[in-house]
Amino acid sequence: MEPSISIRNLSLNFGALKVLKNLDLEIGKGEFLVLLGSSGCGKSTLLNCIAGLLDVSDGQIFIGGRNVTWAQPSERGIGMVFQSYALYPQMTIKGNLSFGLKNAGVSRDEIEERVRRAAQVLQIEPLLERKPAALSGGQRQRAAIGRALVRDVDVFLFDEPLSNLDAKLRADLRVEIKQLHQKLHNTMIYVTHDQIEAMTLADRIAIMRGGSIMQLASPNEIYMRPVNKYVAQFIGSPSMNFFQGTIEGRRFMTEGLTMPLDGYEMTGAGAKDGPAWFGIRPEHVASGEAANAMPVTIDATVDLVEPLGSDTLARLEALGQLFWIRMDGQATVEHGDKLTIGFDPARAHLFDEKTEERI
Amino acid sequence: MVDPTGITLHGEVGAGADGGPRGPRPRRRFSRRNIFIYGTLIVVSVYYLLPLYVMIVTSLKGMPEIRLGNIFAPPMEITFQPWVKAWAQACTGLNCDGLSRGFMNSVIITVPSVIISIVIASVNGYALANWRFKGADVFFTILIFGAFIPYQVMLYPMVIILREMGIYGTLGGLVLVHTVFGMPILTLLFRNYFTSIPEELFKAARVDGAGFWTIYFKIMLPMSLPIFVVAMIIQITGIWNDFLFGVVYTRPDTYPMTVQLNNIVNSVQGVKEYNVNMAATLLTGLVPLVIYFISGKLFVRGIAAGAVKG
Repeated sequence: MEPSISIRNLSLNFGALKVLKNLDLEIGKGEFLVLLGSSGCGKSTLLNCIAGLLDVSDGQIFIGGRNVTWAQPSERGIGMVFQSYALYPQMTIKGNLSFGLKNAGVSRDEIEERVRRAAQVLQIEPLLERKPAALSGGQRQRAAIGRALVRDVDVFLFDEPLSNLDAKLRADLRVEIKQLHQKLHNTMIYVTHDQIEAMTLADRIAIMRGGSIMQLASPNEIYMRPVNKYVAQFIGSPSMNFFQGTIEGRRFMTEGLTMPLDGYEMTGAGAKDGPAWFGIRPEHVASGEAANAMPVTIDATVDLVEPLGSDTLARLEALGQLFWIRMDGQATVEHGDKLTIGFDPARAHLFDEKTEERI
Repeated sequence: MVDPTGITLHGEVGAGADGGPRGPRPRRRFSRRNIFIYGTLIVVSVYYLLPLYVMIVTSLKGMPEIRLGNIFAPPMEITFQPWVKAWAQACTGLNCDGLSRGFMNSVIITVPSVIISIVIASVNGYALANWRFKGADVFFTILIFGAFIPYQVMLYPMVIILREMGIYGTLGGLVLVHTVFGMPILTLLFRNYFTSIPEELFKAARVDGAGFWTIYFKIMLPMSLPIFVVAMIIQITGIWNDFLFGVVYTRPDTYPMTVQLNNIVNSVQGVKEYNVNMAATLLTGLVPLVIYFISGKLFVRGIAAGAVKG
């Protein structure tokens, strides 16, 4: 795939603080990349560097094959959407959309045409003459997307665009952004801390922590084969259950339980014996009848139940610790119930205890 | 139309004993607390308003009536002669054209000083808040430091500077002095205000290709009316009321109104004309007073806006 953006050996320091550390990243043309991480991991900083709003300390940034490391934001061929919408309050929506074009010296007819087209795509035509204050949150964010759209650029940058919206609107606009990408085929980089947004929108997700990328892969790959314990814990809700124990031969042993690791796909050279974490997702644990068909079964006591309608989440006590399982929405369990659960180690995740890397 | 649960339906509200709002009644108007609060307020206002009252009353009396000594008594016979005299005839040394000359000088000093200092300080504040240029912190620290140095320390050095520039004793010189000395506090004011404007707005404008001046004029300025009003009020009152710089950096024919007032009030020849003095003082204080009355609301809004996230 032809790269649209490539970031080479990028570093950014604020004084002694290294915010981004020797980052390399290639983003294909038309790709939807999500930068995901908890706050302070450097994802927004990276986006600001790509946009040219922060001067980098070291490294290079190429957009569309051009070295733009020192270019002004407006010269980089990007459009950007911000969390707080950042619409100019004193201008109408039309004024907001055309501001950048006026600065670029685009002719009046051309501006008119582009604003009309963008407004049509985003269905904000009736709002063009209004001021941002007279718009709802969703409409404002649509207008802000429009401002990026009229620029006719190849790369869109989104900085947590949905975080200020309520849950319902967030889901609606998420779908719209995905549709927009399917229609326009622009390269999009999208920063979020919301794993649902990341999973649903991304072609690839880059999970960041402490200024570097931990894993860059498709959503499915990240879900199925997280490279380390942090990623495994970060993706999935409720998050993965872990047991501490040791690997011996092809078996995992923890207090009160020994299980064979048949069917588990080892990474690289395979398992060395030694202390390790055994992780299993709540949705990969079966309960009741289905549990008996599983290679490993445990007896557990129900501690807490969270019915969600579509699913029921249950926190169980077994092997001296608490862990979550996802059950059928109609499951009827209560605090104190005894339950047999089972899972297949082939669907588990093993991590080295010290390095926390996948085994 | 009261349903069994006792909830009054729409359209029946306020219809006698079973309608209207319910809940604990509000406090009585003459509660002990209210009496205390309003009592204090009234005492304090009287304390502040009494001198003003005496001044106004005295300025409307003739000298014979003043000599009777009843300073709180309203004038038996109202006369505007003292006001006319204070404005146009009061003598300072050889000049006998009253405050009018000082008024014109003060206007000529205040208007350009206010405009120039606000224009420069707003750009300063904008640059400091949004364009973190190299050395911005050092520059800002020095500027803030300047706000805390007593003016008296710089009086003499400033005299030398003005003399060397050849504008000592001119109105232009005083305008320069006011502009320079207004800079620290105004820059601080503007910087804090611009810092409170969301940074993403500034980023969005940069992505939109707006440069330093475009962002300043098209984005920042239209959002900053309140703070400009605050700056204007601070500067107009400060410069209009200034006495120290006026007396040091000007000559008798360029004296601002405050210095002229001082000379009228403190002249030692002849009788002390209290009524003229009172009228002259009121005339001098009128400009800041009018400014406050006109822009009071905007002033409060601007101060509050700067304070929230400053």
